Amino acid sequence: MKFGVIVFPGSNCDHDCYNAVKDVLKQPVEYVWHQEKKLDHLDCVIVPGGFSYGDYLRCGAIARFSPVMEAVKKHASRGGLVLGICNGFQILTEAGLLPGALIRNRDVHFICRHTDLRVENAKTPFTNKLKKGQILNIPIAHGEGNYQCDKKTLTELKKHGQIAFTYHGENPNGSVANIAGILNKSKNVLGMMPHPERAAEAILGSADGLGILSSILNTR
Amino acid sequence: MEAKVYRELGLNDQEYQRILTILKREPTPTELAMFSVEWSEHCGYPRSRKYLKLFPQTGKYEPLVGEDAGGIVYDGTAIIFKMESHNHPSQVEPKQGAATGVGGIIRDIFTTGARPVALLDSLRFGQLNTPLNKYIFNGVIDGIQFYGNCVGVPTVGGEIYFDDAYAGNCLVNVMCIGVCPQTKLARARAGGVGNPIIYAGSKTGRDGIGGCSILASSEFAAGEIEKRPTVQVGDPFTEKCLIEATLEALETGVIVGIKDMGAAGLTCSSAEMAAAGDVGIEIDLDKVPLREEGMEPWEIMMSESQERMLICVEKGKEEKVLKVFHKWGLDAVVVGKVLAEKQAIIKQNGQVIAKAPTEELAKAPLYDMAFKKPKHPTSNLKIRTNADHNIQLLKLLSDPNIASKKMVYEQYDHMVQTNTTVYPGGDASVIRLKGKEWGIAATTDCNGRYCQVDPYTGAQIAVAEAARNLVVTGAEPAAVTDCLNFGNPEKPDRFYQFKSSVEGIADACKFLELPVVSGNVSLYNESPKGPILPTPTIGMIGIIKDINKRCSVPFKDNGDLVVLLGHTRVEGEIPELDLDLERRVQLACLEAIQIGMVKSAHDLSEGGLAVALAECAILAGKGAVINLADPLKDAPLLFGETQSRIVLTIAPDKIFSLSDIAMLYQVPCSIIGKVGGQKLTVLRGKKKLIDLPVAKLKARYFNALPELLRKR
Repeated sequence: MKFGVIVFPGSNCDHDCYNAVKDVLKQPVEYVWHQEKKLDHLDCVIVPGGFSYGDYLRCGAIARFSPVMEAVKKHASRGGLVLGICNGFQILTEAGLLPGALIRNRDVHFICRHTDLRVENAKTPFTNKLKKGQILNIPIAHGEGNYQCDKKTLTELKKHGQIAFTYHGENPNGSVANIAGILNKSKNVLGMMPHPERAAEAILGSADGLGILSSILNTR
Repeated sequence: MEAKVYRELGLNDQEYQRILTILKREPTPTELAMFSVEWSEHCGYPRSRKYLKLFPQTGKYEPLVGEDAGGIVYDGTAIIFKMESHNHPSQVEPKQGAATGVGGIIRDIFTTGARPVALLDSLRFGQLNTPLNKYIFNGVIDGIQFYGNCVGVPTVGGEIYFDDAYAGNCLVNVMCIGVCPQTKLARARAGGVGNPIIYAGSKTGRDGIGGCSILASSEFAAGEIEKRPTVQVGDPFTEKCLIEATLEALETGVIVGIKDMGAAGLTCSSAEMAAAGDVGIEIDLDKVPLREEGMEPWEIMMSESQERMLICVEKGKEEKVLKVFHKWGLDAVVVGKVLAEKQAIIKQNGQVIAKAPTEELAKAPLYDMAFKKPKHPTSNLKIRTNADHNIQLLKLLSDPNIASKKMVYEQYDHMVQTNTTVYPGGDASVIRLKGKEWGIAATTDCNGRYCQVDPYTGAQIAVAEAARNLVVTGAEPAAVTDCLNFGNPEKPDRFYQFKSSVEGIADACKFLELPVVSGNVSLYNESPKGPILPTPTIGMIGIIKDINKRCSVPFKDNGDLVVLLGHTRVEGEIPELDLDLERRVQLACLEAIQIGMVKSAHDLSEGGLAVALAECAILAGKGAVINLADPLKDAPLLFGETQSRIVLTIAPDKIFSLSDIAMLYQVPCSIIGKVGGQKLTVLRGKKKLIDLPVAKLKARYFNALPELLRKR
């Protein structure tokens, strides 16, 4: 399984994702510069967290126009796996790969803390090692993680099993239906605000994120 | 030249005379500006330098006392760290002042070739009971999160104190730690006649002109708002790109020297790089990337626009370096060259507009300041010995100086880079280094009230407590950086506080074998409301040899024994410090943790034993029953702040091994209770001194600060 981690100027979780794949998952992984146009050789593309291009405008609003995002769309359309984490999730919604939008947190400030997630769909390439209803402890770190969509979209998300994770217990950011992560209809694109790469080793406080990362290896 | 002109730039009459002697003519406006910033307290330390020489520079680990930031070497890894103040800018414009404080210290670290891996903030504000104080507090926190989160360096720790002495002059001290293989360290010097000088990073604008020479080198008078244009504006995105580009450019191996443009911008970086390399430097202002048109040459030289670097490169290899910066979307141009003649020559339109000897620029005057012991501060402390101790404990836990700062540190990304293994909220934070068995613990500490009563002992306590904070995580204290915040040094009583604090730090560090590898002096911290409390903030790092044996504050398992190392005394106005006992307590605790027998450990500080026990219980969500047999009166026993004490927990079968260690170091060691239950109960025989549910303690501890901020 060959992984690629996209590097936008301003990405700051690119190294963390790279290390989690290389050192913990022990899989081949490479950095992909934001001006790359080809991702044919990759199986799974990670769009990492950070502040792409500074994100002084709406988060991900500039990144969606970068050359690499065209390639990510192509990769997704031919069934390749795409995992967007935090800023990556924001970029995927901006790019139209996932529905809805991420707005400012309910309490209008940045929150960095561990949260409990409930697995809502365990039959996806990203969750097949988990059980539905399982609780995962994975940290969040964002100022704009409040997921919102219209009623129709929410109904669709529920109907097609596109809600991957919800916040269990306290909803930290005001997301509709406690949504923490969603999938596209064909389930090969996942966007989530919590950081599985920050919970990939017990020494960091939790290794629950590994369940998500290692599920990816199960898909082929 | 009229005296008014140079006085406005912060130069006095003697200094102007010295410039005339050096140049043998009247200075040009650009030259005058250059001398004024180079000789300011912020850059040249003319008033404080003499005493800074007292600091020891050797310790248990190989020290690196560098050009921008110092550090130590452990296991072939250079650990570079430094703390710096951004007090005056933060008082004038809290968000940008604090943000650029973060940016500035990060640049000091990566300019050495080390990747920044952690940030800590030591902050001081007025009490949160006025709209202005709340505004400054919120603005500073916002600035730190705005910059730190975007730039991708975790903010892992620090401290916050509130006291009205800081109401007119807040303190924002930021510490950054970076690491790299020792072999990859970069120099901050120019060298090789004819080698090109590259300017890289943001364009130069009119922001921050006079920031260091005018803003940070005088007291606040009424109407300080006018100084707002002297505050720089931060761009963390550019800084993030600059970090990556700089580290990548250093990999090319063709960089001779590199320096960030911090205080005094292009003037300071060019003159100091040249002086360090014993060469001269020529800068062509026509080539400097500018943000706006019509900038005067002195404005360009004095601008403190952020996110800029100056780099000396091997001749003919400049393309290699330029390419890296361009890849990251940054400006990078050759703006000058290294000269044999030891002069800083600034050109514009082919004309020389400034020419001054680099050595003289970089050698600020040295003043012998008068000092006089101030009158003893009047104390209005009332100790009520017969009060209800439950109420007293809850009051202390709700005091903003003791209450949890969770609402603050949760706004900072403290996990990015996936190294943080002990989170903020304890005594010290711990980061691992990927691929290494060992880790780094870091903390900041200073109690300004202690320093006000006795600056010498207060500063020593800051050193001792910082070391103790590290020891309880299992780290051996390794080295110190400091940020010396004081009032106007021209007033003898303020200078006495500075001098005594420096002597206290120097003596404590010598005793504890800790080198002071870097630091910063911030004077003139006073306003019409008066001077700040003397605040010599200590930043300290320690090495945890086996990261798996790290220790943290919360109680762990029911049935564990609660043990007190050290003993409680009745103290005077401030606690006494016996450095020898302090060292022995630390060694005993460290050895016990390194053996692996300690389950939790917490330093005793503000609020004494009762607060320390409450914190262990709150963070664990687990109670304890404590029984104290000490003959001391209840209040000092529970809340006294005697130094050199640590509370730890062990499994019951480890008590004999722990006693042996305590005996070896001749440290008092007493079993005071047992972990368990949902209440914190402190008994003296059968009398209940404290009996409170952990849930109630927790609510007070975590809610106090948010409630205070909501209150109108």
